[in-house]
Amino acid sequence: MSASQPVPAAARLFLSGNEAVARAVWEAGTRVAAAYPGTPSTEILEVLAKYPDLYTEWSVNEKVALEVALGASMVGARAFCAMKHVGLNVASDALMTMTVTGTEGGLVIAVADDVGMSSSQNEQDSRYWGRFAHLPVLEPADSQEAYAMTRAAFALSERFRTPVILRLTTRICHVKGVVVAGEREAVEPGGFTKDPRRWVMVPGNAKPRLPLMFEREAAVRAEAENSPLNFRVDGSDRRIGFVTSGPAFMHVREAFPDAPVFKLGLSCPPPIESLREFAATVDSLLVVEETEPLLETELKAAGIACHGKDVLPRTGELAPDALHLGVARLRGEVVAEPEHVVPQQVFPRPPTMCVACPHLGVYYTLSQMRNVMIAGDIGCYTLGAGHPWNALDSCISMGASMGTALGMDKGRGKVDANKKVVAVIGDSTFMHMGMQGLLDITWNRGNVTVLLLDNRAVGMTGGQDNPGSGRDLHGEETTRVDFAKLCEALGVKKERIRVLDPYQLPVLFKALREETKIEEPSVIITDRPCVLIDHYVPTKPYLVKEDRCTGCGNCVDVGCPAIHVIRRDKEVKASGKEVDLSFVRIDTSACTGCGLCVQPCAPEAIIHAEPVQPLQPMQFVRK
Amino acid sequence: MSKVTNILVCGVGGQGVMTATEILAEAAISLGFDVKKTEVAGMSQRGGVVTSHLRFGPEVLSPQILPGEADMLIGFESAEALRWGHMLRPGGVALVNSGRIVPPVVNIGLFDYPEQPVAQMCELGLRVHDFDATALAVQLGNIRLGNTVMLGASSDWLPFPAEVLRDAVLARFGSRKPKLVDVNREAFEAGRRAVAGETLAA
Ligand code: SF4
Ligand code: SF4
Repeated sequence: MSASQPVPAAARLFLSGNEAVARAVWEAGTRVAAAYPGTPSTEILEVLAKYPDLYTEWSVNEKVALEVALGASMVGARAFCAMKHVGLNVASDALMTMTVTGTEGGLVIAVADDVGMSSSQNEQDSRYWGRFAHLPVLEPADSQEAYAMTRAAFALSERFRTPVILRLTTRICHVKGVVVAGEREAVEPGGFTKDPRRWVMVPGNAKPRLPLMFEREAAVRAEAENSPLNFRVDGSDRRIGFVTSGPAFMHVREAFPDAPVFKLGLSCPPPIESLREFAATVDSLLVVEETEPLLETELKAAGIACHGKDVLPRTGELAPDALHLGVARLRGEVVAEPEHVVPQQVFPRPPTMCVACPHLGVYYTLSQMRNVMIAGDIGCYTLGAGHPWNALDSCISMGASMGTALGMDKGRGKVDANKKVVAVIGDSTFMHMGMQGLLDITWNRGNVTVLLLDNRAVGMTGGQDNPGSGRDLHGEETTRVDFAKLCEALGVKKERIRVLDPYQLPVLFKALREETKIEEPSVIITDRPCVLIDHYVPTKPYLVKEDRCTGCGNCVDVGCPAIHVIRRDKEVKASGKEVDLSFVRIDTSACTGCGLCVQPCAPEAIIHAEPVQPLQPMQFVRK
Repeated sequence: MSKVTNILVCGVGGQGVMTATEILAEAAISLGFDVKKTEVAGMSQRGGVVTSHLRFGPEVLSPQILPGEADMLIGFESAEALRWGHMLRPGGVALVNSGRIVPPVVNIGLFDYPEQPVAQMCELGLRVHDFDATALAVQLGNIRLGNTVMLGASSDWLPFPAEVLRDAVLARFGSRKPKLVDVNREAFEAGRRAVAGETLAA
């Protein structure tokens, strides 16, 4: 276990919400913490891994992470797990039973909702899981609260013997603020008590426990009515009283400094009676919540008149500008156009794959194929849906490429009869949820070619380790999965499994053509590391001999961000057809010499440059 | 200073926008301010758009700067500075690296890069100081010094002495690699000289 010393207590620390949660988890005397990386929650475990005296791991998925945490809690240890919102969907099967068994050692589940959807396939309000599972939900509003509420969550969990959900949002996880931290508590696990009626959830044991769950919910509700985590801020302008939680609280205070506010920290179950009293002190009540009208509905059901999503946006963040508009609407005011410059229309700048990414060649090859249906998956692979490749036809959820591809195969009619079905998935995603899908493909004799892009990392979230990298969260060597053998075990014929180098385009193209022709499940495994991880070794960069370049633009189609078009032209062919020409230059300081662009260049215009100072991709580019 | 100061730093993923903002934040913290910093970025790694919001003052509530409320815009890339120009308040100032980073969507001919982003900003009535921070950094021997050059350029417009920011820069690099201290000091001063002679309107 790496043990870089944690920062000293009582200092004024500048921490992101994720860092603040990690600090508090450590201080709470936690012994076990597990997670699967996912934006915006990833850094919690990365930071926690550097603290001493606790066990931390990347798990293969969120359900496993939650189960690991529960196991630790069973033996009386304090335990923690973290995930992003869609991760809780995966973990929900375990969650819905844990709410029945309850916990022993304090167990806190941090769930980070990607409100505003910076990098997720959907926007989802995890507070619903609190209602669904009858669990308490805490909602911090900034780093200091993320720290304090994480500590409070462990205490709450142990008092009520329940898992506690700590609901974070992007604007908590990735906002830095000043935090005053404390010391680590010494908490000794109480030990495991055999009690099958509690831990073995067969119907006969589970049924008598259900009423206990509702008793607990009632007790937490009483706690919520009196908890200091739920408080009122007085205000002189009583026309509108705000009820809010999470970062929306900060936005409300910023936008309406004179208004009374009821701030919910322990927001589930909600303190309905305190809110009723508050409502009586203001002319009207506005519920400001991200993202669903959850509390609004509960208040209305309790007979408390309020406004909410009738005047506020239904999706995304509720920053001060959105609030001003909503409140003006509520007051029936006409909103004056603010007097600032309107945004300029500038080209979009979507994220793209890194210079020399091993997936570039795969997507280039796929983009050259005709008559294919390509089921994609989560991760950097999704970037293949963008320009210039446009080489993905779907992306649903973690691991879904397998099932989707099988469904396309089995469901196709005459029009698609001649098409090949390809599924693209990454190493980490495959182990997270893809393996079961592949098993289904082989079992049901699907005609699918699987591209398993092994880059030995969870690329999209920043290159974290997984069982395919042969290292754990601490960078220490461990078992490395053999994907070829794994696929074979899942039922793919040995001769239908190929391992190849994604930088060798002709080999890749040939393999794809052959495998898609054969009407049975096949797997092409590409094996090159992500350029973001330490183990990636750049080689000598290339440059373009400008007198040899014909402007064909083939290298541009590879999609490497180090290739720049410096001049465009048009040429009229002998046939009378007009073609566009793009003359290029390679940004030698960014190029890592992967050699992908060299291969489609017929006139051999791309040659090795003299060695230059090695640099990270995407640094400043000279004019 | 009773009000909150709002600084928006923008650029392209990978340029060091977040590190620069972090250093600005450290300077403000060392002076005892309440500070909040947030990124507004759609998949900021992999060459996407990055904006980093920094707010400091006696008490900071929301971490976000609203359109028309930034006191200063530090643009690490020309077109990005233009994209975020509307965030400036009247009288605010933009410090812009005239260097360009052209994305693949422009390379493949789907969109055009604006011909004169800085001129376009000026036409909109914004106060802009532009200079080629990239070229300066390259002259100083390492393209990565662009970061420090931009911070140096911003230092005389801050509501605290430039030395506080310079010390924060040097502390950051000095703690990692002592031999980087001198070259960063030089880069900081070069950036400062590049836009010398003006101060922020109250
Ligand atoms: S992070 Fe790795 S896998 Fe993702 S685009 Fe960059 S090189 Fe490719
Ligand atoms: S592939 Fe070769 S000839 Fe074609 S544009 Fe690129 S460098 Fe020029």
